[in-house]
Amino acid sequence: MNMSRHHISVTVNGNKREADVDSRTLLVHFIRETLGLTGTHIGCDTSNCGACTVILDGKAVKSCTILAVQAEGKEMLTVEGLAKDGKLHPVQEGFWEKHGLQCGFCTPGMLMTSYWLLQKNPNPTEEEIRRGISGNLCRCTGYVKIVEAVQYAAQKMRQPEAPVPAR
Amino acid sequence: MAVEAPVIHEMGHAIKRKEDPRFIQGHGNYVDDIKLPGMLHLDFVRSTYAHAKITRINAEKALAHPGVLAVVTGKDLEAAGLAWMPTLMNDKQMVLPTDTVVYQGQEVAGVVAEDRYAAADGVALVEVEYESLPVVVDPRKALEPGAPVVRPDKNTNAVFHWEAGDKQAVDKTFKEADVVVKQDLYYPRIHVSYMETIGCVAQFDSIAGKLTMWMTTQAPHAVRTVASLVTHIPENKIRIVSPDIGGGFGGKVYVYPGYVVAAVASIKTGRPVKYINDRSEDHQSTAFGRDWYMTAELAAKRDGRILGLRINTTSDHGAFFGDANPSKFPAGLFSICTGSYDMKAAYAEVNGAHTNKPPGGITYRCSFRVTEAAYAIERIVDILAHKLNMDPAELRKKNFVPADKFPYKSALGWSYDSGNYQAAMDKALKKIGYAELRKEQEEKRKRGELMGIGISSFTEIVGAGPANTFDILGLKMFDSCEIRIHPTGTAIARFGTKSQGQGHETTYAQIISEELGLPVDAITVEEGDTDTAPYGLGTYASRSTPTAGAAAAMASRKIQAKAKKIAAYLLEAREEDLVWERGKFFVKGSPDKAKTIQDIAFAAYTNHPPDLEAGLEAVHYYNPPNMTFPFGTYVCVVDIDRGTGEVKVRRFLAVDDCGNIINPLIVEGQIHGALAMGFGTAFMEEIKYDSDGNQLGGNFMDYLIPTAVETPRWETDKTVTPSPHHPFGAKGVGESATVGSPAAYVNAVVDALSHLGVTHVDMPLHPWRVWQILKDKGVAL
Repeated sequence: MNMSRHHISVTVNGNKREADVDSRTLLVHFIRETLGLTGTHIGCDTSNCGACTVILDGKAVKSCTILAVQAEGKEMLTVEGLAKDGKLHPVQEGFWEKHGLQCGFCTPGMLMTSYWLLQKNPNPTEEEIRRGISGNLCRCTGYVKIVEAVQYAAQKMRQPEAPVPAR
Repeated sequence: MAVEAPVIHEMGHAIKRKEDPRFIQGHGNYVDDIKLPGMLHLDFVRSTYAHAKITRINAEKALAHPGVLAVVTGKDLEAAGLAWMPTLMNDKQMVLPTDTVVYQGQEVAGVVAEDRYAAADGVALVEVEYESLPVVVDPRKALEPGAPVVRPDKNTNAVFHWEAGDKQAVDKTFKEADVVVKQDLYYPRIHVSYMETIGCVAQFDSIAGKLTMWMTTQAPHAVRTVASLVTHIPENKIRIVSPDIGGGFGGKVYVYPGYVVAAVASIKTGRPVKYINDRSEDHQSTAFGRDWYMTAELAAKRDGRILGLRINTTSDHGAFFGDANPSKFPAGLFSICTGSYDMKAAYAEVNGAHTNKPPGGITYRCSFRVTEAAYAIERIVDILAHKLNMDPAELRKKNFVPADKFPYKSALGWSYDSGNYQAAMDKALKKIGYAELRKEQEEKRKRGELMGIGISSFTEIVGAGPANTFDILGLKMFDSCEIRIHPTGTAIARFGTKSQGQGHETTYAQIISEELGLPVDAITVEEGDTDTAPYGLGTYASRSTPTAGAAAAMASRKIQAKAKKIAAYLLEAREEDLVWERGKFFVKGSPDKAKTIQDIAFAAYTNHPPDLEAGLEAVHYYNPPNMTFPFGTYVCVVDIDRGTGEVKVRRFLAVDDCGNIINPLIVEGQIHGALAMGFGTAFMEEIKYDSDGNQLGGNFMDYLIPTAVETPRWETDKTVTPSPHHPFGAKGVGESATVGSPAAYVNAVVDALSHLGVTHVDMPLHPWRVWQILKDKGVAL
């Protein structure tokens, strides 16, 4: 178990962050423990649940399945980076408005996957939303309200109105 | 100056949740988010065997590994008198084994290290040698003579025998019956799979002599008391904090061995210790749900009138009897199994068994075994309808407890508070277009297509419970609320319950808002910290609204009574001349000269009557006079693919009656979530074991829970039949749909196949199981 150390530099939510990590350190542990961004969660150990989803170089990835060293030089967006200037992102608004969360544990991953889905497909059908979030498990909502939340966000992003304050 | 009245958002408003801003911005505070200076990590060596003698544990290599500080074994705990701990059902449970392991995945040794990676390394380096022992995994076999005995400290696998009802009276109904149906029903073993696994951070402050545990618990106060009784640490030196909880569903009522080891490790090392289960560990060792083998029999007249019900059950409790039940109810509230039907006599029997499987039984939103009860009655009623060639809706209507018979005394002794079963069913059938669906089904059958309609008209029993019967280890199952109104008219309210996603920060505030007229935004709700919250038994079995919600109303009313005295003083009037209109008192006939609750709050600290104590606060410990009995009718429509056996739920309508509603949005969310869990139960989820006791569903690769792709678009509606004994007529709703929906799914699938002679299929109804039936019946494509 001789572990080599690596110096990595990652742009996280617009800020450059640097750290030394073990070669085996998972990206999710780097995010949560090194960077202290605990919004990204760990819900399983088989890459099924998606609670750890973040955006890495524009793509939604499960950060439990990527090594921290693989993020070297990349840009990363976590749930903490969604709201801007005290204003919620439309996907955050949608989840709040439509009761798209209950315990909140899957929520950061769901938000990031929804964010990515709407980047790729700004006007998804219900079927496309359901397929799009199928790599993220939620045990509380039964998904209907999450689908409605994503539809709300899609609508909002196509027709921007005054964003909702974060508090 | 005209001041706009504040928006109150009292009961009945579908307001957005107050707790959500932190969750949608990544600022929730779950146990694994807690990071304390010097914190160590605890990980476990787990048994690879289901039943074995431990012949040797060699921790040398682990202890030599960089970062590993200690390896804790059962022998170490034994020296401290902590190798065993009590369970909630007056059994005892191994914290760590001293010589024998009794299920696969059981904690064998705890490795304490500087970080989670070093702890995992240490786990891999601990060498454990086992000598395997004979295994029993089927509770029916466990009760046969000669079966391997699971427990080293017992000479039998029998856990308990429980029965309810008049056996002779039921036998008589079976003699009088024109028709009798009988069916074996297996309710599979499932795991609730909250998205956040269990864990804790233990911090022992040796100077103060105080142990603080942040832990994933649904019942922090009870944990504190039990911990104090077991460890003899004074109760004021134990603080249990439930931070944000990522779903509980009953699985986080239990006290798990890892919590105890973490506390011991913190006491021994003087440093905080974090323990978080991996998903696989969680799935293989924490509490399961169900695993009941039921045989249900119904006696009826030819016209469909039900006379009597008999259910015999063998239940699996794993190696330790630790079900999170009220202590006087070893079989939970299974005696609700007569359901929505008026019958002369019923008898239910449950025989509990130990097996080489993890302990548990009461989890997965089951309302203390009401899931099993509702499934049994709703399935056997459908089987009777099939036998009589009657429409299942007609048969149900014929046997419903009539609306004018409430309060209704059931054959097994419960006093149902209120109900109108016919109304809920009528609404459901009309809304889904039942008659048209039956026509469509008939036409499809002619074309060889498989379509089914399933109904479930369940009755729930929640709100545990009245102090004369409901306790956990002697602690009465009241719950509590303490409200303090600040001088400037805002408030903090604390409760003995603990939300795990149910939205208490919003709904409790709405109750207080309803009672006192304070805006919801002016009320902070806190739960889960035993140093600050009033004592309560916690959140599970849909009890929060019936108990702590009631306490919120009662505490508010105490405050209102004091506010009235202050208002009378301020208005220089007699109390009996005052009128209360939400948020203000005024003298009858002079509403323009009102004193608002905010005025009164300020006066309570600045200008109160000389003969009255200062302050405006109250606490109430609510002892419910009875249980509440939510109900509903669910209708499920399925189409079955003859090529693959895949069942597509085309529609699912839930008409629920949970009494008066606090927040319609949250109620709908609760129903949706529980419908999805019922869906998972019916179609996907099962933990199986092979004959050697290897668990075959130990992670999310092997144990499938529903995704957005499989789950249907739920339809919901409601009827409102208030509880007559609850302060604001609410009943509770969290588990109605896990109780009511599984039978609807199964009834729909069986209905689709009934013309082929199929009368029952056990859950889960996954494609291969259905396809095998299609093949047997010669209709598979």
